[in-house]
Amino acid sequence: MDILQLIVSGLANGCVYGLIALGFVLIYKATEAVNFAQGDFMMLGAFITLGFTNEHYLGLPFWLSVCLAIAIMGMLGYLLDLIVLRRMFGQSQVAVVILTIALGFVIRFIAGAIWGHEPQSLESPIAGVELRFGGLALGMDEIWVIIITVLLTLLLYFFFARTKLGVAMQASSQNQLAAYYMGIPVKRIHSMIWALSGIVATIAGILFASKGSIDPTAGLLGIKAFAAAVIGGFGSLPGALLGGLIVGLVEPFAARYMPAGYSQIFPYLILIIMLIVRPHGILSQIQTKKV
Amino acid sequence: MSLLELTNVTLRFGGLVAVNDVSFNVEEGEVFALVGPNGAGKSTIFNMISRFYTPAEGEIKFEGKSILNWEPHEIPSQGIARTFQNIELFEQASVLQNLLVGRHTHRRSNFLADMVFTPFVRNEERVHREAVEHVIDFLDLQAYRDKMIAGLPYGVRKVVEMGRALAIKPKLLLLDEPASGLSVEETQDVAFWIEDIKKVMGITVLMVEHDMHLVGAVSDRVMALADGRMLAIGTPQEVQNDPAVIEAYLGSDDMSEDGEAA
Repeated sequence: MDILQLIVSGLANGCVYGLIALGFVLIYKATEAVNFAQGDFMMLGAFITLGFTNEHYLGLPFWLSVCLAIAIMGMLGYLLDLIVLRRMFGQSQVAVVILTIALGFVIRFIAGAIWGHEPQSLESPIAGVELRFGGLALGMDEIWVIIITVLLTLLLYFFFARTKLGVAMQASSQNQLAAYYMGIPVKRIHSMIWALSGIVATIAGILFASKGSIDPTAGLLGIKAFAAAVIGGFGSLPGALLGGLIVGLVEPFAARYMPAGYSQIFPYLILIIMLIVRPHGILSQIQTKKV
Repeated sequence: MSLLELTNVTLRFGGLVAVNDVSFNVEEGEVFALVGPNGAGKSTIFNMISRFYTPAEGEIKFEGKSILNWEPHEIPSQGIARTFQNIELFEQASVLQNLLVGRHTHRRSNFLADMVFTPFVRNEERVHREAVEHVIDFLDLQAYRDKMIAGLPYGVRKVVEMGRALAIKPKLLLLDEPASGLSVEETQDVAFWIEDIKKVMGITVLMVEHDMHLVGAVSDRVMALADGRMLAIGTPQEVQNDPAVIEAYLGSDDMSEDGEAA
């Protein structure tokens, strides 16, 4: 019965990858920039929560800390776009990519300087509880990660489908020029999208840190999430989550049935196969331009 | 007071004077057309009115107020809507969704109420849907209501873009080459719609158009431009018979009306 355990832990990991991938895709769709610091946003969001709630630091109530971290990371995302990225307008995409990679390094060093480089675990109400039926042990934390991701996905779905801001975000992602002349302040919407991906990254980070430990290099799993976004179809929000789940599910099975050390290869193997077979990803929205 | 007033407007791109000391007024309730060869400055004038460019000199007033410190996204809420020569639609959305985005400026938003879809929000949604359905009926788009833009033929997309601009419920509608790329029948439809937009909806129209048949059929007044300068202004007949226009626009040898079809 350890298959069920593998599935649950794979899904839980996949949810975290999927949420980080979602941040990549949100920003990419709207601004055509790829934010390679997305994984580091995740790590920073987790550390800010940890800094607020862990006994060793401030010891605030968990949910208050979560709200504070979400607010701070949302603001950080917004200001980052307002102060830095808006000035990069008209620069090549490579410049923006290098900027975000550098930003990732900066975040990693800052986190290391504040909270140290040792792995720490987040003192959350869902950490470390186990659910047992018979011989089967499922981590409550992993089940919570899955539930919260499902809820967040629903929330985002309603946000994009129903709210004025959500529809404006979709519109400016699809056609900036047209969005302007429908009365949508596209620049401000871009900043809000950066804020939203900061928030989603923070939730991913809290989930990640609740089911294990976190250290400043944890942001590097952003690379795996990037692979997930490409597999799912860069530019598709459901695709990002799907790609995350695929990568998450493949890992524990590869670790279980393959020789030691090979499991980390699999996400990238899928990425390469996908790029050869279906370069636009599973749920791509790109169609060939008619001439 | 005219609805739209341009006074001594000049715009330069480096050394090139794209628009040179142009003045004209668009009166409420008329269809006003800008004609002229490529590079005459028609689209540049359009892009100044829609705040894409800012003139180096001169003044542009809408309803008596200067528009020169408005941002492009503030144009629709002030009552100006526009279409684009190259059709700018939301490709991954349906016709209905595209038209509904046109209602953006009319949407009062309350984030939480939107999310839970309260009766107030539902009511408001009904109002917007009605406004959009009205446009769909007006432009005969019923058959395409739920179709994705990405799969639609060119002529239909052109009409959808006009519909989306109408959904904004503007006072002034800027049409950038509404007939370019359309067949003869489609162009006739456009002529009927422009007439109705003026008469039934009471919307003032300013358009850039190359098709002189369409311009002659629907315009109350026409301004001809060449090399960024005004050549003539008046009724379509007056402008078409103006010697300076015939010389510069139609060419001195080629008197045919579509001498500049490209």
